[in-house]
Formats: sequence, C-alpha cells, structure tokens
Amino acid sequence: MFIGALFTTAKETRSREHEKDLRILVSNLPYEGLPKTKQPNRYFPGNAVKTTKYSLWFFIPMNLYEQFHRFANLYFVGLAVLNFVPAVEAFQPEVAIVPICVMLALTALKDGWEDCRRFRSDRRINHTSCRVYSRKVSGFVERHWKDVRVGDLVEVASNEIIPADLLLLHTSDLNGVCHIETASLDGETNLKRRLVVPGLNTQDSSFEPQNFHCTVAVEKPNDNLNQFKGYIETSDMKRLGFGIDSLLPRGCTVRNTDLATGFVVYTGHETKSMMNKNGPQYKRSKLECKMNIDVLFCVILLFSMCLIGALGHYVWLESLPSVPLFLTPGSHGHMDSNPLSGLYMFFTMIILLQIFIPISLYVSIEMVKMGQIFFITNDVDLYEEKTDSRVQCRALNIPEDLGNIHYVFSDKTGTLTENKMVFRRCSVTGTEYSHNENGKSGKLPSRTGWTLEDDQEPEAVQQSQEGQQPHSGGGHHRNKETGNAQGKAAFSSPLETEVVPDRKLLQRVLAGGGDWDGCGGIRRCEATDLYLDFFLALTVCNTVVVSTATTARAQRQRVPSLFQSPGEVLQTALQKMFVFSRLCHTLSSWQPMTEDLDTDHNSGCHHSAAGDQTSHRHQSTSEIDISAQRCYVAESPDEAALVHAAKVYGFMLIARTPNSVKVRLPHGVELNYQVLDTLNFDPHRKRMSVVLRHPISGEIVMYTKGADYTVMDKLIWACLNTAQKNVAASTQRHLNWYAKEGLHTLCFAKKVLSESAYKNWSLLRQEALAAIDNREELLMETAVNLEKQLTLLGATGIEDRLQECVPDTVMALREAGVRLWVLTGDKAETAINIAHASRLLDQEDLVIHMNTDDKAVCKSILDRSLEEGRRHTRPGYPGLSIGLVIDGHTLDMALQSDLVDRFLELARLCRSVLCCRVTPLQKSTVVKVVRERLKVMTLAVGDGANDVNMIQAADVGIGISGQEGMQAVMASDFSISCFKHMKKLLLVHGHWCNSRLSNMAIYFFYKNVTYVNLLFWYQFFCGFSGTSMIDIWLLIFFNLFFTSTPPIMFGVMDRDVSAETLLGLPELYRTGHESEGYSHFTFWIAMLDAFYQSLVCFFIPYLTYQGTDIDIYTFGSSMNTVSLFNILLHLAIEIKSWTLVHWVTMLGSVALYFTVTLVYSATCISCNPPSDPYWTTQQQMSEPIFYLVCVITTVVALLPRFTYRVLSNTLAPTPLIRARHLERLDPAIREQWIKEWRGFRGGPQGGRSYQKQTQEQEPSRITPTLSITNNHLGTPTRSAVRHHHNVEL
Amino acid sequence: MPKKELETANRPDNTAFTQQRLPAWQPILSAGIVIPGFVLIGLAFIGIGVALFLTSRNITVLEMDYTGVETTSDCYKCSAGTLPNCVCNLYFTLNETFPGTVYFYYGLSNYFQSYRKFGASRDDNQLSGDTYYFTSPLAVCTPYQYDVNNNPIVPCGISANSMFNDTFNLYQLVNGSKTVPLDGRGIAWWSDYNIKFRNPTSDPLRNAFNGTVKPPFWSKPVFELDLTDKSNNGFLNQDFLVWMRRAALPNFRKLYRRITGPDYASGLPPGNYTIEIAYNYPVMSFNGRKKVVLSNVSWMGGKNDFLGVAYLVVGSLCIVMSMVMLIVYAKFKFPDDV
Repeated sequence: MFIGALFTTAKETRSREHEKDLRILVSNLPYEGLPKTKQPNRYFPGNAVKTTKYSLWFFIPMNLYEQFHRFANLYFVGLAVLNFVPAVEAFQPEVAIVPICVMLALTALKDGWEDCRRFRSDRRINHTSCRVYSRKVSGFVERHWKDVRVGDLVEVASNEIIPADLLLLHTSDLNGVCHIETASLDGETNLKRRLVVPGLNTQDSSFEPQNFHCTVAVEKPNDNLNQFKGYIETSDMKRLGFGIDSLLPRGCTVRNTDLATGFVVYTGHETKSMMNKNGPQYKRSKLECKMNIDVLFCVILLFSMCLIGALGHYVWLESLPSVPLFLTPGSHGHMDSNPLSGLYMFFTMIILLQIFIPISLYVSIEMVKMGQIFFITNDVDLYEEKTDSRVQCRALNIPEDLGNIHYVFSDKTGTLTENKMVFRRCSVTGTEYSHNENGKSGKLPSRTGWTLEDDQEPEAVQQSQEGQQPHSGGGHHRNKETGNAQGKAAFSSPLETEVVPDRKLLQRVLAGGGDWDGCGGIRRCEATDLYLDFFLALTVCNTVVVSTATTARAQRQRVPSLFQSPGEVLQTALQKMFVFSRLCHTLSSWQPMTEDLDTDHNSGCHHSAAGDQTSHRHQSTSEIDISAQRCYVAESPDEAALVHAAKVYGFMLIARTPNSVKVRLPHGVELNYQVLDTLNFDPHRKRMSVVLRHPISGEIVMYTKGADYTVMDKLIWACLNTAQKNVAASTQRHLNWYAKEGLHTLCFAKKVLSESAYKNWSLLRQEALAAIDNREELLMETAVNLEKQLTLLGATGIEDRLQECVPDTVMALREAGVRLWVLTGDKAETAINIAHASRLLDQEDLVIHMNTDDKAVCKSILDRSLEEGRRHTRPGYPGLSIGLVIDGHTLDMALQSDLVDRFLELARLCRSVLCCRVTPLQKSTVVKVVRERLKVMTLAVGDGANDVNMIQAADVGIGISGQEGMQAVMASDFSISCFKHMKKLLLVHGHWCNSRLSNMAIYFFYKNVTYVNLLFWYQFFCGFSGTSMIDIWLLIFFNLFFTSTPPIMFGVMDRDVSAETLLGLPELYRTGHESEGYSHFTFWIAMLDAFYQSLVCFFIPYLTYQGTDIDIYTFGSSMNTVSLFNILLHLAIEIKSWTLVHWVTMLGSVALYFTVTLVYSATCISCNPPSDPYWTTQQQMSEPIFYLVCVITTVVALLPRFTYRVLSNTLAPTPLIRARHLERLDPAIREQWIKEWRGFRGGPQGGRSYQKQTQEQEPSRITPTLSITNNHLGTPTRSAVRHHHNVEL
Repeated sequence: MPKKELETANRPDNTAFTQQRLPAWQPILSAGIVIPGFVLIGLAFIGIGVALFLTSRNITVLEMDYTGVETTSDCYKCSAGTLPNCVCNLYFTLNETFPGTVYFYYGLSNYFQSYRKFGASRDDNQLSGDTYYFTSPLAVCTPYQYDVNNNPIVPCGISANSMFNDTFNLYQLVNGSKTVPLDGRGIAWWSDYNIKFRNPTSDPLRNAFNGTVKPPFWSKPVFELDLTDKSNNGFLNQDFLVWMRRAALPNFRKLYRRITGPDYASGLPPGNYTIEIAYNYPVMSFNGRKKVVLSNVSWMGGKNDFLGVAYLVVGSLCIVMSMVMLIVYAKFKFPDDV
C-alpha cells in the first residue's frame, strides 16, 4: 500500500514487493492530540458508515437521475416534454405531465422513505458508543463508533458489539481467547473463538495499550470473511504472523469474554462486514422478460398507428380544395405545408396515444407482487412452529416464477434430510455392533437411513463446519432477520443424543475396563485393547467444545420475554440444557474451555445437547449443580453424535482447552491429555487428527478420523499380519454396508509416535505456521506427512433421517411435471438409497449409472443410454421411467462441450437425476447448463454454504434455514424452514402468483389498448388532428383511478383453484408450463380482442349519434362510460372467484367513476380549456338513449369473449376448469375422487401411464377418471364415481 | 439488542383474509349456466329493439340540401360565393302533416369542428364576460387574436370567427306566402346560456366592447347579432351559443329554430313551403354541404333506425346462442351442472 509505505520509509527497507499488497499501520496513541495532518493513519476512511443512496439536498435530482435510468420513465418524460412544443402539442402541456409526475412522485416517495430508514439506522449505528484508549486519561474513554479510527485501541466487553475490525491484542481470558458470535455477519449464531496474536506477550502481564509500539501490517481490505493475514513487527524486529483467528470483525458480538482489547485495522466501509453488504438482489422474472417483448410490440403498434395518423392528416389536408374556415393558419398567418403538418401530427399522435404503452403496468406489477408476497409470507401452512419462522421472500420480484419451474435441483443433506445425526452402528476391530435398540428408537416409519455428506465433498464439509448450529441453551433466540434457523428443535429430538448402548459392546468395554483401575492398567490396556482407543478417538478426535453455564449467562438477555425474572430465565435455560447430575466434577472456571481448532474455513461449531434432560426439569433452584451444566458445542452434528455415543459407553469429554483435553473413563478415572497438535479437517485430506500426550505414560498418540477411503489408504498395509488384514477387510465390508444402508461412515485410526519423530515433525509444523505465503499448502503438507502408517481402530455409521413429508413432496413435484435433480457430495450408494426412500426413484425404475474415468467410455455410455432411453420413452410404449446416477468425475466429462448435448438429451429423458460427489462449483455448473441449454426454468434448493453457487445460478433460489448456517438463506430468493414447504410454495403459491400475474399483465395491455384505440378511431373524424374527445382529466383519471384498483386486486387475490385442490392434484401445476400463463399467444389474442372491443365501443355510439347535433365532449363522455363498463365487465369475466373485496372494488370503481365525472362536469365550467365538460354528463344521463347505448355496446363488445369462454370451458375444458368443477362436488365425493386418483397414480403403473399420457399431449389430461365421465354423456356424476369406485374395488 | 419476543411471534395470523380463504362466489362459465342469461338478454333486447324501431319509424325527418352544387338548384347562383348578400329559396311540399313540434336544423357536412385547433382557438375568459380579456385575448386565439391594426378581436379565435351565418325564413305558400314563425329561444344548452357564457355587465352592452373589433369573418359585431331581440345579443346569442358547442363529428346538424307558432304548434300542415336562405357561408372550400333539416323528436331524440336494428340483431343472436348452448349443454354436460 503506497500510503502506508510512506510512514515506514524511515524504518523499513526490506522486501517491498510483498508489501505492495500490505498496509502498514501504527498506533495512534503517540500522535494523540496532534493536528490531523500529523496523524499517520489519516488517509484511511473513518468508521462512520453511510448506506444511504441520497443526501438531503440532492435527493430530488439524484432520485430523478436514478429513475430516469428506467427506460419507461424516460419515454414518458420525453413525451411530456414533446408536448411543450407548440407545433405538436396534443393536450395542454401542463396537464399532460400529471401522470408521469404522479408516477415519479410515488416512486420517489417510496425511495425516500427507504432511504430515510437507512439514514436513521446509519445514524443510530454511527452514534453507538464504544471505548477507545486515550493517552491523556491513560484509560478507555467513551467515543462514538464514527469517531473510531484506524490505529486506535478499542476495548470491548462481553455482549458488546465490535465497532470496527479489530486485531485482537489482549483478552481477559488467561488463554488469550475471545469468543464472538458472528450472526450479523454470516447468520451463524454459534460461538467462534478468536485468539490473541500468537507470540504477542500481552496475556501474562497486564496489558498497557500505551506500550504497544509495534507496526501492524495487514493485507488490503477485502470481502473474504474467512481470510485475513498480516503480521506484527515488534520493536525488536520480530515478525509475528496472524490470520483470521485474531480478527474481531465489526458487527459481531463478544460472548463469554469479559474484556477484549483490539487494534483497529479496518474501519467503516473497509470492514469485512461492510464489504460483504451487497444491495438487494434484483432478478427479473421470466414473465417480465416476455412482457418486455410485448411492450416492444406495443411500441411498434403505436408507431404504426401514429404513422397512419400522420399520413391520414396529410391526405386529409391534400383533399381540401382550399383553406376552409375551420382550419387555423399558423401564427405567421399561413398554413404549414401539408407534409410538415403530417410530420408534426406524427408526434402529436405519439403524445395522444402514449398510454398505448401501459405506463402504469410496471407500477401495478410491483404493487401486485408486494401483495402476493404478503400472502406468501402470511401463509400459516408455511410457518414452522418449532423454529417460529415463516417463509421469507428475499427477492421481491419473482414470485410468479415459482409457478413455472421445470427443473428442481436439490441438495441432499439438510434439505431432503434433517441433518440431525444419530449414532447407529459401529465396527470395532472388525466386529460389527449393530445397536439394534438404537435402530428401533428411530420410530419414524419408512426411514431407511441417511448419511451426512461431510467427508465426501470438499466444500460440503467446509460448509458444514462453517455451518451454524443452534445454541443448546434453549433461551438463545436468534434475531428475526437472521432467520430462526432452529430454535429449540435440536433439543426436542431425543434421538440425537439418546444412544442405547449395544449390550455386547458394552460388556466388552466394561470387561476391558475391569483392568483399567489405576494407571498401570490403563497403560497396559492402551497397548492391548483397541476398544479403549476406539472410544478415546471418538471422544477426543473432534472439535467439540464443552460449554458450561456461562453460555447461558451470556445468552440470558436474549431469552424470550415469556420468562419474567432473570432467575427464572436462568433456570429455564438451565433446564433446557442437558444436565449431568451424576458428575460432581467442579470446573475451576465458568469459561467454556475450547480447543485450538478454528481455522480459516473452520469456524463454526455445533451446540448440541448432552445428558439427561429430565433430571433437572423440575428443580426449582437453578444454582445448584451449576458447575455440572455441560453441553457440547460441535462443529458438525455428527461430531456431537459421536461424543454422545462415547459417553454412553462411559467415555466422557469433560473439558477442553487449547492445550488439553480432559476425559473421564468408564470407571471414573479422569485423564487430562495434553494436546500437542490438532490437524484440522480440510477438504483435500478429508480427515482430522489430534496429537495427544498421555498424561501418565507420556506417550505421544495421534488419533485420526475421516472418510473411509482416506483413512484406509493410510494404514500400514505392509506390516499388517493376516489377522489385521482380515480386520481391515471386514471393516471395509462393514463400511460398504453402512453406506448402502444410507449411513454416514467414518473411519478411526491411531498412530503412536516416537518422541523424536514428533519433534522433527513439530519443527516443520512451526515453520509452516509461521509462513505467510502458501501457509495452507505447507500446513496440509505437514499434516499429510504425519497421517500415514495408521492402525485401524474401527468405523462408525451415523444416520441422517429424511425430513418430514419428503417422499410426499417429491411425489407431488414429480406429478407436477417438475424434474428433480439431487446434487450431493455423497457417494452414489447413499444418494440412491435416499432417492429410493424419498421416491425419487421407484424400485422398478430403470437406473442408469455413470461412473467412469475415461471419456470414451463416458461417451459410449451416453450413446447407449440415450438409445435405451429413447426406446423406453417412445410414445405408446409402456416404458420404464428412467433415473440417472452420475458421478462427479463423469459429470465433468459429460459437461464438456462435445458431450453436453448428449448428456442433456439423456437427462431430459430421465425423470430424476442424481449427481453424486459433486463440488459446489459443479452444482452451479449443472444448473447453469440445464438452464441455458434447455431453456427451462430452474429452481435450486439447499441449506448450506455449498449450495450458494447453485442457488444463485438458478432462476429461483430457495434456501432452507436449517442447521447449516444462513449463507444459503442469504443467497436465496425465498427461504423456507423445511423441504416439505416446497410443495405448497410451488404448487399453490407459485401457481397462483403465476396465473394471477399473467392474467393481470394481459389484462393491463388489453385495457390500455382498448381505451386508447377509442382516441385513435376518433382521429378519422377529426381530420387526424389529434383531438381527444374525452376530457383530459377524465382520461388521466380513467387509468389512474377508475380502472386501476380492480385489476390490481385481481392480480393479488384472484383464486382460480383452491389450495386444497392444487395440493391434491399436483398435475395442475403443469398448466403454468404451458399456454395457460403468460404467452405471446395470449397477448395477441388480448390485442385482437382489444381492437375489436374498441371498435365496438367507438362505432356503436358513433352510429347512434351520427348526424345528430351531439357535441364533442358529450360524445366522448358516453364512450368513456361505455368503456368503463366494458373494461370492468371484461375483468368480471376473467375473475374466477368473487370475494367481498372483489365486489367492493368493482362496485367502488363504478361508483367512483360516476361520482367523479358528475362532480367534475358540474364544477368545471371552463376550468380546463379547450375541453368543455361542463354539464355534459348530467345532460347525457338525462337522456334514455345513453343507457341504451351503454347496454348494447357492452353486450356486443363482450359477447365474443364471453361465448368463447363458455364454449371452451364446456367443449374443451382445461385441467384447471376441470379442477374447478371437481371443487364443486360434494366434499366427501371430491375427497374420494382425489384419493382414488392419488392411489391410482401412486401405483407404479398409474404413475407411468399418466406420465405417458401427458407426453402425448392429450387434451383431457387432468384425470383419466374425469375424462371417463365426460364420455358418459349426461351420466350423473355420482354414478360415475360409483362406477369408478367399483372398478377400483 | 434483540427484541424480546414470544415463542410464536412470527406466526402469521390465521384469518380468512391472510390465508386466502375468504368466502367466494366462484362461477364457472359453462353452457348450462348461461342459457337462461342468453334467453333473458335476447328477449329483453328484442323488446327494446322493437320499441326503438317503432319509435324511430314514427319520427318524420325532412332533409334538404341547399349547397347549390347542381345547376338546377336555386342556390347554385350563390354557391360560388361571389355575390354579396345572395338570397336563394328552397321549395318543398308536404303531402301530409308534419306532426309534433317541428325542429328546424341546419346541417353541415365535411365540416370539422372537431379539428383540434378549432376547439382550442377560443378564449373562455372573454366568453364568460371578463373584460380584461377583451383587451388582451389569449394567445390560443391566434391568428384571430388581434386584427392588423392590433385591435383585440372579441370574441376571438377561429371558433367564433367561423360562426355559421346563413339565415333562414320559412314561408308557407298558401294564398301568397305566409310566414311560419320560427322560435329561436332556448335552443342552446341551459347551462351554456345561464352559467358558462356571460355578457359583460355594462349598459348598453356595446360599451363593453369599445376598443375591440369584431371577428373578421363577421358582418355584425357580437353585440348586434340580433337586432330584433336586445337580450339575444353578445355572447348570449342563441345561435352563437349553439355554434360554440362543438360538434363531435364532421357531418352534423345544429338546431336553428323551433316551430312553435300558434298555427304550427302541432305540426306543419300539408302544403307548399319555401325557405328563404340568406346564403353567406362558404362550404365549397372544403367540399362541404349545407342542408336544412326539419324533424320532430321523440323520447329517443331524432330519427335513428340503427339502435333499434342493433338491438333486434343482438337480441336474436342471443336467442340463437342460447339454442347453441342448449345443444352444447346436452352433449357436454358437467357433473355439477344440475
């Protein structure tokens, strides 16, 4: 950094290159009180943040500038300006700008309000106080956040929010640990550990900020939350490197640490949190894209109409023999030449007919979408009681896309499954322990078993570790905006922690344990008894932190107000915690002891519960046994599951500090192992290890845990004897079997290290840790060096259960014509297992497996499968439905440019596709390829950070606020709390939003064209002179007030088919894929209808009043009234269900029209020259012929549409119409119909035959049974039902 | 600080409105349902159609073109517009009584009062008697705002300038000629006469117009339009008011007089008539036609067969539709159509 370097020129001469990317900072303290120009850090921005878009003085120009970026606005303003040119004006210029002003003002008002809210929140944040060290008072003084500068030393206390990005220099904790909660940053509500800069000796003595004279070098600000590096150069020229572990990011909350002091490195907009704040996402829905094309068509139409007007005017002028009395010469006394007049007239026409382009359409659509989103978020069915969360719509402008989804891409873990781990099976030294009772405790039916994909996929793991876990203290409630991921759900499920020990294994362990009394016994057993090692590995080889009551104390303030007094609060929180009443071990500190395990991408942890919930439930005094309150905070659910499992066998994790881990063995002996090193999990190694020193023997042991293949490969095969080989082989067999069962497998191994070997390695390790460049690579290299020649201990199988109603939801989506792809980091076996359980695949489906490393093979597989697939999906052939299982490697090849077409062709034939072992990048690539190549609407749903790419790549991204943090939710357009909500979200809300909005948009086009065309037809009777026969105010009001509410209400509230029916008959969703929604065809039909109706509305009054003495505004007002009735009744034909709201708006619009026109024409004597509406309406309404004209015009205008609707509903009813008829049946009969159909369809045969039927595009598609009824001419329904029923019986 | 909240604070309200369960009427348009509607509308329309048609038949209209394009026409001599104060006669014969109060209209064809600038070119402030605008008329009146000597024109603008200035006298040819009295009162809209248009308050009226000039096309100033009736002058002149109400369509007629004289209150008796026309208004410049229309009126206004026929046709169509629907209904019946 150039500026930074300036200050250090005196001191620094070396290695400049590097430092180009660095910022050199020094403490502000020596410069305190000096003028600004002397301040070393003056060039860095202050800590005040400004998120407002506008400033007070420039709001109007800036907002207008912003708004004029929208083309439509520019167009209308251009027209308004054009109107001020006297040669072409069509209206009084002042009046003509009213509509655009109203539009701009409304938008400005909205923007201003939003900005005002941002401003107030900024001000609140900027004026929050914090404590900054001041040399003058030799202590910390209160300052506002905005006054914090780079180089300041800031102190934060527990539960305070960090004002800027701080480099941690000192904490009140002896170990130099500070816990923070990063909920505001990434939504994760777990605690993360931060460490004082390693090597900085601030912890031992009392820290004096004044004595901090080091130079701090940090990298340039960036938005990577997980990356931060730099070094401190101490006064003795020693460089101390630090990473993200030492950074306290702005906006996070300090927890469990009384005081922490930090050096401000980034301020204001350069902080990590501010750099990560990006504006709201803007996605454009497919419907809007189509609509924009139609707007273009409208523009073309408009221009041709204007051209007709211009030509007409020219021809008309030419036809006049000389200048008649009624023509106005220009001000210069003579007429413009005829061609010039024609040219002027072209522009006049554009002004006159401008609302041909529906100006209010965009505003109305925004309003409608707001209404739709209101209803979506208010759906009580999409509310999850357990987490107190409802569906959130983060993208406000694509609700209708939900109704038009062709492909759903789903994550597996946490999306289809619950991501709650249950220890199910284990295999120790080649012996399998089935834990049968444990299996039974999974009471839920039809659940075979689920795995966690943790080890298989690099980023999946990263994500699961970053992932957020709920706090075990039940009182810990998340902020609303970060989403209530989980709440108490984790504790309500006993399955997670309740492990019933396998009797055989327990006996074995206890038998072995008989020898363990006393240290010698332990020593001996360790050598002989691998069981002890196995359970020790389970207990210690993890990052689980034992949290004590402190956590609850820190979280007390967030306990819901349900609990009144603090005492009660605490008590409740404690009761909710899992309590070890037997344990009398007292901890010296309330601080949770943690282990040095956090790394760059390894910052999350999992709070999970331990112990027996009931034992203390009714205790009235909460203070007793407070030392024994203990819960396990783990990074991933399976770690917690393993620790809980070990606990059942008597191996209990008691405490963990960065350097030690305390374990209680089955017979009460507590051992305090020294932790020499921890090799964290990383996606490449896919394993983690802990190096321990035995407290008594001093032996150095490494325990390793990881995915089966990564551990099995590292065994010392060479020196295995036959027995050991057998063990390894049978363990591998068990592992395979677990995977087939759908269990998540982990392999455990150990290695005994010699003192010297460890020393050598340790040196390398230190070097790697100190490295600044490619530190990660070096660290990994050292880890790999150590993790070899392992001794196998055993393997475990953990179950991840399917979420509630997943098979049902999958079935429904399948029936809805949505293709479901599962993209998982898991193995193929597990994925297939889940696919079967969730009914993605049926037993008799043809499943194509693709797993090859060779491209030629891949190609030939594709070709063969394609042939096979085509054979099976040929129309009329009762083929099987096809499922495709493809491996990550193979997928890469299949997506290469020469194979991708074949692959997609095959994928199109498949009903479901499983992609296994895919990386997040592949996930998003798949989505993109399908979306772009097949030109279909895609939806991606996921819950973890590994799904973020995919969610953003898809047309619609849905985040599940589950157990794995909030990244997915943050990136998503909609967030739900469980997969089953997809069903209603898509089938009901998606369908509704789509049909509502498309109908409304079409109607808007129709409405404007119908109305504007009246003006156009009139041009033939006024010499194409741009006269409007309708008073301009009434013209404006007509669109703005009289006919705007009903269509908006129509767009928000119309309901073609009830939610029950839509859920009962998912097939109805397909209508959104086809012409029922918005299409160019419906648009042109509406246009034709609009032209017809406008012709009728113009020419019936024309023929009636032809040759009479009717004056221009009476003539216009009759047309206005006729149009009102016509336009409203047209809507009435389209409205599917009339609620009170519909009646009120419709009748209200008519009432408003008459009130306003009557009042207006009674008061406007000559208020608006040249128009002369005075008394016209009154005059007209006194004549009977006016009413007769109204009646016949409306009838004639609407007759074709009405008849068409009636006939098409009767002769060729769409599925939706059939469904509506179904709704009218007696509820009992209807239920029967739906149930029978579902049963019919649920069967393999039925499902398939239906599938076929839809592919053939048969006209009667909704239900075969319904079409049967149709063929029974006149047969009463009930008998038809009975008939069908008998067949079924 | 996180807000304290109830466990289910986020729970949406379970109301019929928010859950979109409002009771609703959900009609399905199908053949069965609409049959009665079609029959009803059909019958009603046929009824109305018959009534309209009969009413229209009973209205007598007599239209006579007097533009003078044909050389046989008496007005041919005037149509060139070269003769000043040209007077021509239009003869017609009634074989039977023209019943009811007879309305006397003049009609113009191909005349575009609806031309945009025609309507704009007037000053409503002047017309409401505001003398300030007498001296400085609005610019919209250009080129009839000031005359060549820069005197303000009152009433200004094309609308006023182009006022129709043919006059008619009707005579019954019985024992010489007998004047049929034409009543020019109340032919303009009540609201125009009483509210919208106002004369300046000065007595005599002409004083208000000092310093102004008449529109160039006019032969008389506005305060001397009707020399026979003092109150029918200025902006409140009935013919002026009628002219200033712009016609919507290029072929229009405007009420000139009503025949209410004692002998003709119940209609014009059979016989020969002549209309003496002071032929002033040039229409050949725009291929226009001038005509005289005599008509009586009914509750539905003037004669118009169109509406009656339209009602009859649409009514019959509805009946036919109901038949079609009946067939469709019988063939494609829905279970719930009872």
